[in-house]
Amino acid sequence: MAVSLFAASCKKDITERNQVFEALAPANPDSTAGAWTPILTGSSTFTLALPDAKGTPNYTADLNEIKSYQKNLTSEQKDIIKYWSAGSVLRWNEILRELVAKHNLPPYQNDDGTYPFPSAANPLAYPLFPFSNPPYAARAYAYVSAAQYDALVQTFKFKYTSGYRREAPYANDANVQALVPKSKLPSYPSEDAAVAGATAQMMILLFPGDLDYIQKKVAEEKLYRLMAGANTRSDWDAGENLGKQVANVFLARARADKANLAAGAKDDWTKLETDAKAAGNTPWISLELPHRPPMLPLFPKVTPILMPAADVVAIRPAAPFKEGSAEYQKDMDEVMAMSKNYDRDHERIVAFWADGVGTATPPGHWNSIAAEEFVKHNWSEVRWARNMALLNMAEMDAAIVCWDTKYFYFNPRPTQMVAGIKTLTGIPNFPSYISGHATFSGAAATVLGYLVPERATEFMTMANEAGMSRLYGAIHYRNDCTVGLATGVKVGTYAVNRAKTDGAN
Amino acid sequence: MKYFLRYTYRYCVGIIACVALSQTVCAQTESDAIMIPKNYLCVAGMYAHNSWDNYWEGTLKRDNLNLGTVSSNIYNAGLVYGLSNRINISAFVPYIQTKASAGTLRGQRGFQDINLAFKWMAIREQIGTGILSFHAIATGSIPVSDYQGDYLPFALGSRSKSVALRGLINYQRGRFFIAGAGQYIRKDNITIDRDAYYTTEMHYTNQVALPNATNFLVSAGFRSLLLNVEAIATKYTTLGGFDITRNNMPFPSNRMNATAVGGLVKYMPQYVRGLEFTIGGSYVTSGRNVGQNTQIMGGIDYVFSVKKEKN
Repeated sequence: MAVSLFAASCKKDITERNQVFEALAPANPDSTAGAWTPILTGSSTFTLALPDAKGTPNYTADLNEIKSYQKNLTSEQKDIIKYWSAGSVLRWNEILRELVAKHNLPPYQNDDGTYPFPSAANPLAYPLFPFSNPPYAARAYAYVSAAQYDALVQTFKFKYTSGYRREAPYANDANVQALVPKSKLPSYPSEDAAVAGATAQMMILLFPGDLDYIQKKVAEEKLYRLMAGANTRSDWDAGENLGKQVANVFLARARADKANLAAGAKDDWTKLETDAKAAGNTPWISLELPHRPPMLPLFPKVTPILMPAADVVAIRPAAPFKEGSAEYQKDMDEVMAMSKNYDRDHERIVAFWADGVGTATPPGHWNSIAAEEFVKHNWSEVRWARNMALLNMAEMDAAIVCWDTKYFYFNPRPTQMVAGIKTLTGIPNFPSYISGHATFSGAAATVLGYLVPERATEFMTMANEAGMSRLYGAIHYRNDCTVGLATGVKVGTYAVNRAKTDGAN
Repeated sequence: MKYFLRYTYRYCVGIIACVALSQTVCAQTESDAIMIPKNYLCVAGMYAHNSWDNYWEGTLKRDNLNLGTVSSNIYNAGLVYGLSNRINISAFVPYIQTKASAGTLRGQRGFQDINLAFKWMAIREQIGTGILSFHAIATGSIPVSDYQGDYLPFALGSRSKSVALRGLINYQRGRFFIAGAGQYIRKDNITIDRDAYYTTEMHYTNQVALPNATNFLVSAGFRSLLLNVEAIATKYTTLGGFDITRNNMPFPSNRMNATAVGGLVKYMPQYVRGLEFTIGGSYVTSGRNVGQNTQIMGGIDYVFSVKKEKN
């Protein structure tokens, strides 16, 4: 009795939110998505072998493979079906968030007080490549989402091209069961495979030290499609092949977007300091010990994915409040008051939105918010991909615009200006103005508010809270947060404008 | 024999903080063989100071210039009551302040958990020229304030409810004793302010499953009417949990292990019957995902009968 009471006295079970997602059953299959405007591959040509027709020995063998799987599915295999049936774009988005969180760790210093930089050529040596800080993560989410979207648009083009059209296994053979909701879409090439192929190919660049894990997930998803009777092996292989071809276009762009130069070198770091001094401002200094070089100071030079490069400078906000001015002092006093404020609700908000070391970053948090909203809408995979791409392209450009502002003004954090300001969360290692959290959140809420208009106000309230969390945490001035939010909204508008004309409405 | 009983029964309580990166506070009364008699009440107050510069990131020992020295002050107050000569109950509530000497992160302060204990001397036998006793001790802790458990290394505690069972065996011969104890601690899930977290994989929930733990103790020393001196070694082991990865932040469900050695001196002045002073200290000799803590403590308590003594 006493023992069972003891054993029952503490809860140990947890059901995570993403474990209870239902199988994706799109209300509208978006069968005309082949005509939607792709991001990068509008004028690309891709090649794909024609599928074997129904009744050919190869196709019959494919169907028999499915039937042999379905004859005795283990509970583990049924779990795989349940997991992946929630959606390919959704699950790959989660996997990407997980990799970002795993790699979002600032390198430990060298013995001489300098810091090592991760090397893409040697990703498994310490410090592991990449350090997926917010700009890195924003760009990774953008390329993966955009590649998935284009891969699906190209997939839809082939699906309805004469000669390629082939129905799902369960439609072609009465003895194949559909263990996922039936789709009216032709099955060749597989949408899931296109998403998986595109994603895995992008990971060669973005998370090269985790390819074993990625390939295991690809294999698992492939098995899921076969076991579920949703695709044949040849449907899958064609989709995966097409996804990789599409991803190669994105890889070429990503390799040339100057992100690989974003860390800069000592001369760049020194120049930021001397430029700020020349302009009569106090230059930012790292508050870490030993002082860490500023995070990705040349990220502003990365080619934006949605907006014209010239607009990065055009929408750069006006200078922060001048040191010593009345507005500056008012903001500083507020930060000092926040530092001494023990309001539990402030602590909660700061922690909820902190998204710091070891997390999926603020763009990742907004991906999670988006995903949990999108599952309610029963969108098709291609619409999922399009909406995620809009969100994440806005986040990538928000990173560029925000980092441009940060390094153009190079202004200090409150704690640098007044010794003894204690913070409720870690101080990120880059200048204060404008808040990254506010910028990312303003852009995300703008895109999500367009996609789900009934929740637009709520998303903007959340974005505002995310921005304000940085003031409550005493790591940002109010002005950093309000201007950041407004700037994020401007960036988000580029994605909304694209969404209005991409053919998906 | 009667003389022996008197001094065995008299003492009240000390404090031991089995301190990891988070603070775990338990009153010494949960881990020693000392009982107070029926209808006696002990009112106790203690102070402990913890500090560490080095900690173990997984198994790698390191310092952190952005934390400097992490320290905490624990003010623990409580009561012990003798339900019978063989059953004592106690309740303690600590107030804790934490801070770091470097970096910008703000420390925490506030009341932590109420720690309740039920201590039963199940066996008491004369063996040879000494006395062997066995005690079963059930304890539980419940957070008394809404502090942030997910704010290591500054969190006041893990903000978990827990229950624990401990068996303690004590052998006393003359004024010398030796004791050993084993404890199993079962911890409830905690709710954190974040809605997702990464351990060795991603979790989309604000619930965190904390690993259970064991705690073993050996102690030996001297007890007289005037003075009690003892040396204590403890080994706290988390059953599960994950290691902090390189240069990452600690998390409540880390695998936190610590082996500590320490000692206590208790002085009972003869001019005020029932008054006791305790000083003590402990030092973590090895650990995993915990700070290499040094603790110094002091306590004062007063034991008195709440019923008129029939003499």
